[in-house]
Amino acid sequence: MASEQQLSAIKGAKVLMVGAGGIGCELLKTLALSGFKDVHIIDMDTIEVSNLNRQFLFRQSHVGQSKAKVARDAVLKFRPNISITPYHANVKDPEFNVDFFKQFNVVLNGLDNLDARRHVNRLCLAAGVPLVESGTTGFLGQVTVHIKGRTECYECQPKPAPKTYPVCTITSTPSKFVHCIVWAKDLLFAKLFGDKNQDNDLNVRASDASSSSQQSEDVFERKNEEDIEHYGRRIFDHVFGYNIELALSNEDTWKNRNRPRPIYSKDVIPVEPVSQNGNQAKNLVAGNPSSISAMASLGLKNPQDLWSLKENSAIFLEALKLFFSKREKEIGNLTFDKDDQLAVEFVTAAANIRASSFGIPLHSLFEAKGIAGNIVHAVATTNAIIAGLIVIEAIKVLQNDIKNYRMTYCLEHPSRKMLLMPVEPFEPNKSCYVCSETPLTLEINTHGSKLKDLVDKIVKAKLGMNLPLIMHGSSLLYEVGDDLEEDEVANYAANLEKVLSELPSPVIGGTILTVEDLQQELKCSINVKHREEFDEEKEPDGMVLSGWTQPLAVEKNGKGSTDNGASTSRVSETTSLVMEDDDELQIIPAQIAKKRKLSDISSAASSDASSFRNEAKFKRKAEEADNNNDVVMLDGGSSENSKKKREQ
Amino acid sequence: MDGEELTEQETALYDRQIRVWGADAQRRLSKSHILVSGLKGTVVEFCKNIVLAGVGSVTLNDDRLVTEELLSANFLVPPDETVYSGKSLAELCCDSLTDFNPMVRVSVEKGEVSKFSADFFDKFDVVVISSCSLSTKQSINEKCRKSLKRIAFYTVDCRDSCGEIFVDLQNYIYTKKKNDEAVECLLEYSSFEEAVSVPWRSLPRRVSKLYLAMRVIEKFEELEGRIPGETSAADLPKVQKLRKELCEAQLLDESQIPDSLLERLSEGRREFPPVCAVIGGILGQEVIKAISGKGDPLKNFFFFDAMDGKGIIEDIFRQKS
Repeated sequence: MASEQQLSAIKGAKVLMVGAGGIGCELLKTLALSGFKDVHIIDMDTIEVSNLNRQFLFRQSHVGQSKAKVARDAVLKFRPNISITPYHANVKDPEFNVDFFKQFNVVLNGLDNLDARRHVNRLCLAAGVPLVESGTTGFLGQVTVHIKGRTECYECQPKPAPKTYPVCTITSTPSKFVHCIVWAKDLLFAKLFGDKNQDNDLNVRASDASSSSQQSEDVFERKNEEDIEHYGRRIFDHVFGYNIELALSNEDTWKNRNRPRPIYSKDVIPVEPVSQNGNQAKNLVAGNPSSISAMASLGLKNPQDLWSLKENSAIFLEALKLFFSKREKEIGNLTFDKDDQLAVEFVTAAANIRASSFGIPLHSLFEAKGIAGNIVHAVATTNAIIAGLIVIEAIKVLQNDIKNYRMTYCLEHPSRKMLLMPVEPFEPNKSCYVCSETPLTLEINTHGSKLKDLVDKIVKAKLGMNLPLIMHGSSLLYEVGDDLEEDEVANYAANLEKVLSELPSPVIGGTILTVEDLQQELKCSINVKHREEFDEEKEPDGMVLSGWTQPLAVEKNGKGSTDNGASTSRVSETTSLVMEDDDELQIIPAQIAKKRKLSDISSAASSDASSFRNEAKFKRKAEEADNNNDVVMLDGGSSENSKKKREQ
Repeated sequence: MDGEELTEQETALYDRQIRVWGADAQRRLSKSHILVSGLKGTVVEFCKNIVLAGVGSVTLNDDRLVTEELLSANFLVPPDETVYSGKSLAELCCDSLTDFNPMVRVSVEKGEVSKFSADFFDKFDVVVISSCSLSTKQSINEKCRKSLKRIAFYTVDCRDSCGEIFVDLQNYIYTKKKNDEAVECLLEYSSFEEAVSVPWRSLPRRVSKLYLAMRVIEKFEELEGRIPGETSAADLPKVQKLRKELCEAQLLDESQIPDSLLERLSEGRREFPPVCAVIGGILGQEVIKAISGKGDPLKNFFFFDAMDGKGIIEDIFRQKS
């Protein structure tokens, strides 16, 4: 039971919770039971069926409703006399500014993505409010405490960057199932159903095929009056037959690889349309577009089953047909969404057919969905444990019990007999651009890169700013906001398209830019260095930012799963906030486990050895989690480079 | 594997956890039957976890009439006398748990758990008991051991900001992945009686002080005939005296069981909800492991103390002669 001091700290506290998902539900419950009286909770999500196995405050009847609001009502049932204020909103909305954050004694994060975590970190730093941060995946979890000036901030340590694959691995030489998924989702699906104006590498593959690539742009268009069945087979034969033949003609590629096998639809499914009438009827009954399913049409029920090549081919053709016959209006605007049954079916089938071609083991729809949707593993128990640990830290924070703050890891396998391992928090990183005022250096071709490139690739993607403002001396180059005049908006839009050295106030080598986010109250100086050449493979952005903590090359990233559908051959880092229904762990970087002094392990003479063992474990975990990762491609990868890029 | 496939509804609901432990494990869970006795906060947390996980059935046993104190860490029952008055804790928890997952059968078994016959326990795959005396723990453990099939047996207790879990899986064989090869492992467990009779001098070096302190309190309650968990600060002198006796008999330095810890444990009638969440979570995970056969089960004690934040496994095993 809590002591008197603890109780009075708890009763007087005003707490902000960000996230009402897996951790959030457990956390709100534990806060209420522990005697907290004033809790505010932000979550932009609505409830989905796949949440119900662990987000125990929600029921089937709540599907579609605001998580924050339903969570509040559920908790008030067993603790009616406390105050819970829900916000069905995005934590990045301008209303949640520094002043909003200042009213709280502590902020507790139960988030699922890097982007929102960084944003909340900055607001907590700006408002001077302590932050307790958390994450889980499967049986792993962690809780950390961030106090400005006392402990490291959330961004003091490098955060894992998105996984990338060289384009040629995806387009020509897949060796793992995930490569087939990326091809099916980011190239084929995007090509057929996505924005036609997006760059797409589907047909840019064999270097000597430039003559035919022009032609093949049209291959994917459905011709006027073309029979849907015919169109489907034509696409099938083009991508799984003709393109493979074309790739095979490039002999060099296959010297040290297994040659793929071209697959033509007529060899798998004789040209004799499947019983149309029955299918039509089923789909009409379904009515709701989200329930249109090729599996249902074909009588395949279990998503865990492995389909044969024939079944995959049938699903491919059927799904394509259903898109064109039932969801024609959406074509051209679709991006892959893991909750879109038909899209998942199409991608699974296409990936499996391609895998067949390349001799890669096939996967079930269930597995393919997990890979394509970057679905994070989640169980109730880990979330409950982590929520308990968050409250324990929050109570210490409220009592200002600095010497007892801990970051705690929840492990799957014991390390030094511990399943829950507390570690003393780190000091702030003095070269952190977020919590200390360290200037950054940007190498960029000032005669080649546009302001837009700088904004997208650096200010948003790397610095994680939401509403940025860019200044050169006293002249404003760029700004976002609702309160701008029309001419300002036009002016900034024009600037975006200008090359840096041609801006009204030219940005050249030696320029010092000030980049600021007024909402996050974060301000950085960037020293610009001009550089002509960049290595396309190693520096795909065409610019290099240094002086900040580089993301680790592989491992977990903080992205949601929905925005990656139309990725082109560039590393597409997103800045859009998509709160997923899952909580995700920022896998503990191995080097931290090594660097950090583990708290009071006076005992173990073998502490060093086990600490290293532990480190290896984290590494392994990171790799395991990585199988499930978001996938982004790098362009122009040669096969030699691809070896380096792959994680194993 | 076990024949029946998961239904579409199950696959949708359990999607995220099937991705953790696989469809086979989920099928085994859905066929398992669990008995839970003693429904304070930690056990309520545990029940929530296994009901969400999708076990076949949960049978609740706790005839105590609900009081405000019993509900201090309970999120299943509203603190409204007009709702809970006259009903047993098990009945009230049952109503609420059923609501969490309609695919799990939750029911109430009335009666005193120590009086149930060995046949009764045969119906279950897992037995979890809490808030009961040393002798009850031992006798139920023995009844479970006598069953022809293996019944996984657990005890759990939380006092102040400390918690203890005991596990008896008897002889447990499971497969473990080592360098991508499946290796069969055998774990041999001691019964509760065997484990707690291990002489303190032969305990693992640097054994958790909580283990020793819990044994003192447990013994104290047994000798005084107390209702489990019903101790207070006023008992401290007697508890300290007992510690002295036990330590002398066991040839252990008394300083191994600090006063501050004994004081916290004897005062700790009300549970600390964050610790309930932690212990209930670990216990849930362990029960899921034992049923599904996935993952290394812990052997055989687990301790958590919010004061230092450590969650420690102790292996306290009686070598068979």
